[in-house]
Amino acid sequence: MLTRIQRFGGLLIIILTLLAVSCQQRGELAGGGGDSIDYNLHIRPILSDRCFKCHGPDANQRKANLRLDTREGAYAALKDNPGAHVIVPGNSESSEVFIRIATADTAMIMPPVKSNLKLDENEIGLIRKWIDQGAVYKKHWAFIPPKKLNPPAVDDKEWSTNEIDQFVLSRIERAGLKPNEPADKERILKRVSFDITGLPPSVKMQERFLKDISDNAYEKIVDELLNQKAYGEKMATYWMDVARYADSHGYQDDGLRTMWPWRDWVIHAFNENYSYDKFITWQLAGDLLPDPTKEQILATGFNRNHKITQEGGVIDEEYRVEYVTDRTNTFGKAFLALTFECAKCHDHKYDPILQKDYYSAFAFFNQVPEKGLVGDITLASLADPPNMKISSEDVEKVLTFINKKDTATVPVMVMKDMPLKRETHVLKRGVYDAPGDRVEPGLPSSIMPFDSVEYGGNRLGLAKWLVDKKNPLTSRVFVNRMWQEFFGRGLVKTSGDFGMQGEMPSHPELLDWLAIDFMDHGWDIKRLLKSFVMSSTYRQSSVIKEDKRAIDPDNILLARGPRVRMSAETIRDMVLSSSGLLVGEIGGPSVKPYQPKGIWESSTSGRGVLARYVQDHGDKLYRRGIYSFIKRTVPPPGMLVFDGSNRDQCEVNRGRTNTPLQALVIMNEPVILESARVFAERLIENNPNAVENITSAFQAILCRKPNEKEAKILMDYYQDELKTFQQSPETAGKLIHIGEYPITTKDAVVTAALMQVIHTIYNMEESITKS
Amino acid sequence: MENEFLKSRFDITRRHFLGKMSLGLGSVALGSLLMPDLFKSGDEGVPQISGLPHFAPKAKRIIYLFQNGAPSQLESFDYKPLLNKMAGENLPESIRQGQRLTGMTSGQSSFPLIGSHFSFKQYGQSGAWVSELFPHMSKIVDEVCFIKTMHTEAINHDPALTFMQSGAQQGNRPSMGAWLSYGLGSENKNLPAYCVLLSRGRGNGQGVYSKLWSNGFLDSVHQGVQFSSSEERVLYLKDPDGRDRAATRNMLDKLSALNSLNYNQFGDPEIQTRIQQYEMAYRMQTAVPELSDLAAEPDHIIKMYGADCLVPGTYASNCLLARKLSESGVRFVQLYHQGWDQHGNLVGEMPLQAEDVDRSTTALIMDLKQRGLLDETLVIWGGEFGRTNYCQGKLSKENYGRDHHPRAYTIWMAGGGVKPGLVYGETDEFGYNIVRDPVHVNDFHATVLHLMGLDHEKLTYKHLGRRYRLTDVAGKVVSGILA
Repeated sequence: MLTRIQRFGGLLIIILTLLAVSCQQRGELAGGGGDSIDYNLHIRPILSDRCFKCHGPDANQRKANLRLDTREGAYAALKDNPGAHVIVPGNSESSEVFIRIATADTAMIMPPVKSNLKLDENEIGLIRKWIDQGAVYKKHWAFIPPKKLNPPAVDDKEWSTNEIDQFVLSRIERAGLKPNEPADKERILKRVSFDITGLPPSVKMQERFLKDISDNAYEKIVDELLNQKAYGEKMATYWMDVARYADSHGYQDDGLRTMWPWRDWVIHAFNENYSYDKFITWQLAGDLLPDPTKEQILATGFNRNHKITQEGGVIDEEYRVEYVTDRTNTFGKAFLALTFECAKCHDHKYDPILQKDYYSAFAFFNQVPEKGLVGDITLASLADPPNMKISSEDVEKVLTFINKKDTATVPVMVMKDMPLKRETHVLKRGVYDAPGDRVEPGLPSSIMPFDSVEYGGNRLGLAKWLVDKKNPLTSRVFVNRMWQEFFGRGLVKTSGDFGMQGEMPSHPELLDWLAIDFMDHGWDIKRLLKSFVMSSTYRQSSVIKEDKRAIDPDNILLARGPRVRMSAETIRDMVLSSSGLLVGEIGGPSVKPYQPKGIWESSTSGRGVLARYVQDHGDKLYRRGIYSFIKRTVPPPGMLVFDGSNRDQCEVNRGRTNTPLQALVIMNEPVILESARVFAERLIENNPNAVENITSAFQAILCRKPNEKEAKILMDYYQDELKTFQQSPETAGKLIHIGEYPITTKDAVVTAALMQVIHTIYNMEESITKS
Repeated sequence: MENEFLKSRFDITRRHFLGKMSLGLGSVALGSLLMPDLFKSGDEGVPQISGLPHFAPKAKRIIYLFQNGAPSQLESFDYKPLLNKMAGENLPESIRQGQRLTGMTSGQSSFPLIGSHFSFKQYGQSGAWVSELFPHMSKIVDEVCFIKTMHTEAINHDPALTFMQSGAQQGNRPSMGAWLSYGLGSENKNLPAYCVLLSRGRGNGQGVYSKLWSNGFLDSVHQGVQFSSSEERVLYLKDPDGRDRAATRNMLDKLSALNSLNYNQFGDPEIQTRIQQYEMAYRMQTAVPELSDLAAEPDHIIKMYGADCLVPGTYASNCLLARKLSESGVRFVQLYHQGWDQHGNLVGEMPLQAEDVDRSTTALIMDLKQRGLLDETLVIWGGEFGRTNYCQGKLSKENYGRDHHPRAYTIWMAGGGVKPGLVYGETDEFGYNIVRDPVHVNDFHATVLHLMGLDHEKLTYKHLGRRYRLTDVAGKVVSGILA
């Protein structure tokens, strides 16, 4: 037994290691020795968070006419005391800023007491050191174009598969750690299959992969998965959040809209591996391309996915402005990871985006011949103008990827510019009826100057600026988002905010390397993703060892594989796919699967076709989650419980909570029970052997065979249940009567017992986790 | 009284009790539900932030009786006899002062004033005016603080409702209940911190939206949980047919064993959390149905709330359920009663709406009071804006309608640290503008948070670079209504 002192000693070592690592990390990121203070890494996050609100870019809010976000402002003499300076480089004691943050005088101290903001001793110490070292300012990292550095040298020459690994390993080694061993074949297959297709690998694929001992067995599987149509659906599911896609208009009456052909296009675009620059150019400005095709025009539906009111009595202009606002904000967040919306009412408080810049960007989206209110719900407009009508002929000839069900044309909202330019003004305080100075289309020069002659002063120009290789953000932002989806956490954790208040990248050189490599290879998305999943970094086991849990609980260093709960859609898809119930049809109008009664009815205004939930039947009950109908005011409740987006606005990173309501959903949701039942029936039909059936189910769901202990628990459970149901066959009868899929079994008792076991497997934490 | 009884029945120490829990003996869930203190603070469930509340709270819980659609202040609590005298005359421009109008009346060639069709009287020590539509509420005016000077910025339902609930007209912000769940957590770990109950009246309705009880950018654990009127009060709460409690228990035990094996191998703390969440779900399955069994209430309580309270989904039933939830420690119970949008036929519809809510609202206040809970429970009654003093559409002798009016409307609060028997603020003789003590929506939010022991400027959440507040960048505590 350990003595108390020994135990204490152990703890001390852990604490010391922790301290050492965190200090080391800071030093490393600064790119210099441990003592060198870096503005971007150490100082700007403090100044931005605690000081810029009053001493930053927003001139109207600036206190004491003093700004700390620029070198000029900070080095200047004080206005009311020309002898004193805010910052005297090299001399913290003479720098007013240091005097004011270090003082004990509550009347003098900065930030002021009433701001509820504070600097701690460590932060004050950093600022002091930074000033003493010369107070060197640097441009915000995200606005400096990425540089492609050679991957660093590493000690372990064997581990790396590609460049990603060298960047990652170098950090791991500097932290004194070692990467995890590779995940076993079963688990890596499950991980990569869910990441690429959102579905579990079929049992056949599992067996084929396990048997394949060739060197490139894994790569063959990766290529195969990337070529499955399910890949497009998986990628599109993420894009639906970004594009705030929904099947209803939002706002109070929340009528039906038909934007689903646009969703079908997104799936198609990913499956055809459209390059990212083309993918976003078409969405932003497909209609403005020379002789645009119908497909290019359809792609612009992206900018019409915002909410549209049908509330009688609204003021038309108020809502028209709201739509343009939504497009502007979405543009900032989706493509640039910037909080443009903060500059709508005043200059941005943290980032160099002026209110004027906001309305210059707004001007691009302000040219649509549209109304704030076309008509109230009685008009039941499925697609307010401008729109395109997709006919059966279109679908036969050009838009072949659209899964149109009948001969009726489908209207889809798209973008269009008016022949005569609408003037755009700054809106004072962001209010629609308070126009200020007139502005021309433009984009913040702090990111990259917008030359309207070079690019053209319309949305196409905006798209060209965006995909210009000199743009410091576009590629980084997308690469980081994809990293987030595959590795569970972005290299920049705040994947929606690359501004001053966002987090610094954990691996800045890797981010830059990926961003440039992505552009240099034609913005090839599949290639990018393949490089992720081929890396040794990705293929590590996700076991969390004690030391790593203590030092790096969030896996910032990437010294282990990702382990994250699946999304709402993926959980549904996993259940349907493993049970064999999944209907693999791609695209088409959204479907209405089971939903608890009364949810729409209890909250509706009573107007419009969506006042009541009319559940679908047959195949439509078993489609992938991406096709579930999203009524904005009442999204599918099970999806919200699993952090699904309500599609109110652009979202780029869903939460990943762990709650009791989630347990209730998996325990009692009919489609999960039904899947367990149908799966049980199918297994029993082919094989009377319970042990083998349990193993098969386990393998289909968890993508591996159960170990001895697991097999025993499940078999014991099966025997328990079998006994119970034998004593009470009518209970078994009740249990299997779940869902609309026809019952084929004649032996309710055996089916119910196996169904319980399968249902329990679905409830396992591992089943809903990518690990 | 009842609580004392229960304490003796479950006279077990907290540690002993939790020990049993961890063995998975879910059958004792009843005890935990009825003695919510057992699960107070930190063990599991909704996390609490350190340092909160900021100061001693006056109220521990809130019941917000939202009157959706905007009940007319002029036919309820803001008595304006001048409007009866000037009936048919045009709203003077000196009073309107350029107020923007909704598209429903902006095209009207005239704005004929109209007074209340219903008579008013003064009641109680406070002498508050109440119309004949609210005979029950008139008896509790001395428990209530009327705020006659609420004002808002929005003139349409969706933005106004969203503003009242989340502090912003647009955008996916957390609602008030989500903020309180985030700031104060749950008092009862077997129940959500934030519950939502919906009902529908007989007047013109405008619908509600789940974004009104959204967690916004906060964790989804702070989402309002809707209690429906169906047999299954909380979504997916019921065990399926053919799987009884014992079978579910057995399943959870096996599941826990399987998950533990996986934890031993992978060491991910999320696995342990998941195991605990299943246990809590299991306890909720017992706790919620027990709690929503309103028929078990004694006769005199049923009589107070009215026979309707046994009809699930009615406002009366929701009031009674709200009391039970609140009493069990639910931090924020939000009711929405729809149907208050009287653009026309106000004379026909408003009595029906008032009848729906009058008795049971009053009963709720009295019930909380007799249980000694009113002091620590803040009850709020009101809508998203007011209604115009002029008629929308055709004005006849018998009937009229009123459009939306953002500049002044009445709400009331009772209990939890609010001055009882107070009429706060004053509107002009036209009931159109505020002449004294305006209360903006942001001020209202600041005050509600203050009563709960929270400084609205300090309860912040950093999201995408910005510290968000329920009160955005404004709001002042209305000290005049604090007890």
